[in-house]
Amino acid sequence: MRLLEATEMTGGYGEMDILDSVDMGVDSGEIVSIIGPNGAGKSTAMKAIFGIVRLRKGQVSFAGEDITNAATETQVRRGMAYVPQERNIFPNLSVHENLEMGAFIREDGVAEALEHVYELFPPLREKMRQPAGELSGGQRQMVAIGRALMVEPKLLMLDEPTAGLSPLFMAEIFERIIAVNATGVGILMVEQNARQALEISHRGYVLSTGRNRFADSGANLLANEEVTKSFLGG
Amino acid sequence: MEQMMFGIMMYLVALLTIGGIYAVIALGLNMHWGVSGLFNAGIAGFFAIGAYTSAILTTPTSIKHLGGFDLPVWLGMLASMIAAGIVAYAVGRICLRLRSDYLAIATIGIAEIFRLVLKNESWMTNGTRGIANVPKPFEDLGTPWSQLAFLAVVIVIVAAVYVVVERALNAPWGRVMRAIRENDDAAEAAGKDVVRFRLEAFVFGAMFMGLGGAMTAHSFKFIGPEATEPLLTTFLVWVMLIIGGSGNNRGAILGAIIVWAIWSMTQILTGFLPPDLAVRAATLRVFLVGLLLQVVLQRFSRGLIPEKSPTAAAATISQKVTPAP
Amino acid sequence: MLEFINFYLVPGLVLGCIYTLGAIGVSLLFGILRFAHFAHGDMMTLGAYLALLVIGLTGWPAIAAIPAAMLGTAVVALVIDRVSYRPFRSSPTIIIVIASFGIALMVRSAIQFTWGLEIESYRTGIHRPMVFFDSLRISGNHIQIVLTTIVLVGAVHYLLSRTKIGKAMRAMSDDPDLARITGIATERVITWTWIIGAGLAAAAGVFVGMDTQVNTFMGWNLLLPVFAAAILGGIGRPYGAIAGGMVIGIAEELSTYPWIGTAPLLSPGYKTGVAFGIMVILLIWRPSGLFRGRVF
Ligand SMILES: Nc1ncnc2c1ncn2[C@@H]1O[C@H](COP(=O)(O)OP(=O)(O)OP(=O)(O)O)[C@@H](O)[C@H]1O
Ligand SMILES: [Mg+2]
Repeated sequence: MRLLEATEMTGGYGEMDILDSVDMGVDSGEIVSIIGPNGAGKSTAMKAIFGIVRLRKGQVSFAGEDITNAATETQVRRGMAYVPQERNIFPNLSVHENLEMGAFIREDGVAEALEHVYELFPPLREKMRQPAGELSGGQRQMVAIGRALMVEPKLLMLDEPTAGLSPLFMAEIFERIIAVNATGVGILMVEQNARQALEISHRGYVLSTGRNRFADSGANLLANEEVTKSFLGG
Repeated sequence: MEQMMFGIMMYLVALLTIGGIYAVIALGLNMHWGVSGLFNAGIAGFFAIGAYTSAILTTPTSIKHLGGFDLPVWLGMLASMIAAGIVAYAVGRICLRLRSDYLAIATIGIAEIFRLVLKNESWMTNGTRGIANVPKPFEDLGTPWSQLAFLAVVIVIVAAVYVVVERALNAPWGRVMRAIRENDDAAEAAGKDVVRFRLEAFVFGAMFMGLGGAMTAHSFKFIGPEATEPLLTTFLVWVMLIIGGSGNNRGAILGAIIVWAIWSMTQILTGFLPPDLAVRAATLRVFLVGLLLQVVLQRFSRGLIPEKSPTAAAATISQKVTPAP
Repeated sequence: MLEFINFYLVPGLVLGCIYTLGAIGVSLLFGILRFAHFAHGDMMTLGAYLALLVIGLTGWPAIAAIPAAMLGTAVVALVIDRVSYRPFRSSPTIIIVIASFGIALMVRSAIQFTWGLEIESYRTGIHRPMVFFDSLRISGNHIQIVLTTIVLVGAVHYLLSRTKIGKAMRAMSDDPDLARITGIATERVITWTWIIGAGLAAAAGVFVGMDTQVNTFMGWNLLLPVFAAAILGGIGRPYGAIAGGMVIGIAEELSTYPWIGTAPLLSPGYKTGVAFGIMVILLIWRPSGLFRGRVF
C-alpha cells in the first residue's frame, strides 16, 4: 500500500481547472520530486493533496484513508506536514516559537522533537530567540522545514525548499532532506533546481500545463533525452 | 370614521415624505458602497453639512445663529449639495486611499468632529438648541395640501436623483467604477485613474447625502445636532441599502421606504404602551432593525432587488458568502 | 503644578488605562480576525452594567465585581461570535464589519431595555481622596484602576509570550493560512481571542463606572478613542495599544489645561474630539501606527 496515492486530480482555484487528471504517489521512505516549468501546476498539485485547493474530480488517499478535499487542519494529525513555497514561517515569532507552533497538535512532550530539529539544523539553535523574520533565506527555510518536522510526520511535503538559495545552501538543504528521509519519512517535493532534485530522488514526476508528462525513477528521467531537452534546459 | 381615514392618509403622506428623503441619502450611499465599494460610515457628517448649510441660507435673519440669509429654498438645497461636495472632496483626497475598515473609522471620526463643531460653535449653529424657523415650501397652503405639495417636491427630487445616478451608472463612467470595485489592480493596469474615479464617486454620493440633510431640515422646519446622531442618519441608511439591494438604485429606494416604514410603524405600536414601558419598548426597535440586518446579511445577502449585471453582482455583498459547512 | 497632577495628569492616566484595555482587545481581534470590531465599545458598556448588577445583588465594591463582569461579557461575546460573525469567516471582511455595526446597536438596545436609559452610579456618597505629601490628592478608585490595569496587562503579556494558546494567537495574527497548515486549532484561538478581548473591554467599562458613571451611550463615546489608541499603537499590535491608549488618554485630558495664558487650550466641549483628531491625522499621515517594527 502506498503512503500517498493521488489519482486523476482535477481542479483549480475558481471556475477554471488548473490540474487535469494528475496522478501522483509516494511510497514510505521515498523521495519523490515534482518538476516542470513555471505555472505548470506543481504548487497547485501539492495544495490539492493537502486539501487547500478543492478537487472537482479525482481522489487522494493517505495511508489507505480517503482524504480527498479533507479540511486542511486535519491533515497534520494524519501525519502529513506541508511547507508552502512562500510565507512558510511566522516572521514575528522567535525561531523557537516557530518550532513550538509546529507541534501545536501534540499534547505529549516535544523536547525530543525540538532536540532532533536543532541537531539537524545547528544554526537554528544559535538563533532560537531571534524573530524568524530576521533570519537569512537559507535559515528561514530551515525554520520552515524544522517547523514541519515537529509533528514527526510520515510524509513531508516541500514546495521549492531551495528557491532563491545560493548553491552552498542548496546543497546543505538537500543534504538535510536526505537525512530526514533516512529516518523513514516519505518526501514529496517540488523543485526548480530539477537536476539536483532528481539526483537525490527515488522517483520523479514531470508536470506541464497541469498534466502528467513523465513519471519514472530519478535516474531514468535524468537519462531521458526528451526530459532533459524540454525540462532540464538541455 | 372619516377623521380616522384622514389621519391614516396624513400618516402615509408623512411616511412617504421621510422615506423619500431617506431614499435620496440611500442613493448617495449606493454610489459610495454599492457602486464604488467605498465604506463611508460618516453619512451623518455630510447630512449635517447639507442640513445646516440650507438652514442658515434660507432662514430669516436671526441673532441666534449665523445669518440667516433668507434665500429661496431651492437655492439652499443647491448650496447644500455644493457644500457637501466640497467637504467630500477634501475628505476624499486624504482618506480614500485607506483600506476599507480604516476608511469607515476615519469617516466616523470626521462625522463626529462635525457634530462637536455643530454643538459647540453656537454663534454659527445656535449649539444644542438648533436652528428653528427653517422655511418649508408650500407651508402656507394649509393641511392637507401643504403636506401633499411637499411630498410632491420630495417625489420629484427622488425621481430626478434616480435618473441622474442611473444614467451615470449606465454610462462608461459607471462601468469603469464597477470594474474598479471588482478589481482595482486590474483597472489600474488598464490605465484607469482609480484614485480620480473614486474621488468623483465619493463627491457625487456625498452631494445627495447633503441634499437629504437639507430636505430633512426643510421638512421639519428645524435642524439640531440630535438629527445627526449616527444611529438615525448613518446606521439606518446602511440597513436600507443592504436590505434593498446594494448596487441597485431601485433597491436603494425600495429599501429606504420599507425600512423607514418598519421603523416608524413600530414607533406607533410602542406608542400604545403605557409610558414607562413605551420608553423601554422603543429601545427594542433598534434591536429589531439590527436583527433584520443580521438575517438579511446571512440569508439574503443580495437584498430585495439585487444588482443587475451578473458579473458585477458577485462583488459587493454576496461575494463568497457561503454558509459555513 | 500639583493642580496639574491632580486634575489633569492623573485623570489622563486613568483614562489611558481605560483606553488601553479596550485597545488591546481591538488590536488582538484585528490581528486574528482581520476586522475592526465596531461593537467593542458596547462590550465595554455591557461589562459596566453587568458589574452594576453584581454590585446591586451583593453590595460588593466595584472592583470585586470585575471578574464576574469579565466572564459575563466574554460569554456574550462568544455567543455573538458563533451566531453573527462565524458565518462570515471566509467572506470579505467588510461584511463582518457591517454585522458588527449592527451588533453594536443590538447590544446597546438590549442594555437599554434591561436597565433603562437613566445614568447609573456604582457608589453612593462622596469618597474622600487620599492625600499624599499634603496636597497630592489621588482618589482610591484611581489607584485601584491603575493597579488593576497593570495586573491585567501583565496577565496578557504572560499569556502572549509564555502560553501555547497565546503564542498561537500571535502565530495566527502573523499568518492565518500558515497557522491552519501548521495544524493550529484556529477556532480555539479565536475563542480565546474573544474571551480576552471582551474580558478586557468589560474591565475597562467597569473602570468608567468607578471613575464617573455608567450610561448606555458610553460605549459609542469610547469606541473612537479606543480605535484611535489601537491605530496609534499600530493595529494588530497589542503592545503598541498600551502606548496608544496612554497617549490618547493623557492627550485628551491635557488638551484642556491652560498651557497658554489662563484659558483652557481647547474648549472642554472639544475634549472628546482630541482622540478623533489624532486618529484622523494619524490615518492620513501614518496608517501603520507610530511604532513600527516588531509586531506584538
Ligand atoms: N491563488 C491562485 N488563484 C488563482 N490562480 C492561481 C493561484 N495560484 C496559482 N494560480 C494559477 O495556477 C496556475 C498554476 O500555478 P502553480 O502555482 O501551481 O504553478 P507552479 O508550477 O507551482 O509554478 P512556479 O514554478 O512558478 O511555482 C498558474 O497559471 C497560476 O497563475
Ligand atoms: Mg509553485
